Amino acid sequence: MMRIGVITFPGSLDDHDARRAVRLGGAEAVSLWHGEHDLKGVDAIVLPGGFSYGDYLRCGAIAARSPIMSEVIDAANAGMPVLGICNGFQILVESHLLPGGLVRNDHGDFICRDQRLRVESTSTAWTNGFTEGQEITVPLKNGEGGFIADADTIARLEGEGLVVFRYLDVNPNGSMNDIAGIANERGNVVGLMPHPEHATEPGFGPDTALAMRSGTDGLTFFTSVVSSFAASV
Amino acid sequence: MPTIVVEVMPKAELLDPAGKAVAGALHRLGKGHFTSVRIGKRFELTVDGPVDDAVLAEVRELAEEMLANTVIEDVLSVHTLDTETVTAGETH
Repeated sequence: MMRIGVITFPGSLDDHDARRAVRLGGAEAVSLWHGEHDLKGVDAIVLPGGFSYGDYLRCGAIAARSPIMSEVIDAANAGMPVLGICNGFQILVESHLLPGGLVRNDHGDFICRDQRLRVESTSTAWTNGFTEGQEITVPLKNGEGGFIADADTIARLEGEGLVVFRYLDVNPNGSMNDIAGIANERGNVVGLMPHPEHATEPGFGPDTALAMRSGTDGLTFFTSVVSSFAASV
Repeated sequence: MPTIVVEVMPKAELLDPAGKAVAGALHRLGKGHFTSVRIGKRFELTVDGPVDDAVLAEVRELAEEMLANTVIEDVLSVHTLDTETVTAGETH
């Protein structure tokens, strides 16, 4: 069975939900600790949401320099699937595993809503189970989720198909080009502000037309990485 | 012990919602002649040892690599505290 590590930093909030999503996706969830240099032999890594180090300095900035991140960076550069959700996305950009930056929402408010997204790329480790252009709904909750990058970086992300998710209906935080998530060139590292791990089990996800809280669109992130792992062994 | 000051500001072309909120409050207080406010950061690093060019260069590198994220922020200045002529506290 695939083993997926979820790293807990001081101030991580959604590490438990991420481990639950990993299990629902068909993998074994392995708890990893920020202060160690040990990935415990996992096959993929999730950097969960929360407020690591109280968002001191900048969101994700101190976590990006914690001991385990040197192993995460090496593993990511060697092709291991890494998913950064919300604060995890902020840690990925602060680690330079993904380009750009995340700044305070343009309207100044924290936002919490069920967010519609369009899947723009299915050629990543975490999205290969979606169909190109598929529209999904997962929760979004952030205060500093505005994705920005210089013009060259935006052009490269768009030109090379590295925009993985785009906000639909409303741009909730002022992100450039409505970008909700991006990937690296290899497609093994994906970061996004919305929270797929909160939409993985009927009864606990976003509302759908069928029933309250029945949305499980986020589960495909985890089944995607599990099926690509199964195909590779 | 000597202190090195690092000043960081959000890039000018970026929205600064926190600064904008303060400017709005000033406007409501009848201080509308202050047309804009931008909020940055000031770091004070106390050094165990003398401040020489090597230490200043080290702090400049730290400022660019860690204290600021140059994707979203600019390092405005790196200087030792004793070169500051007047601080707000000394004017009282």
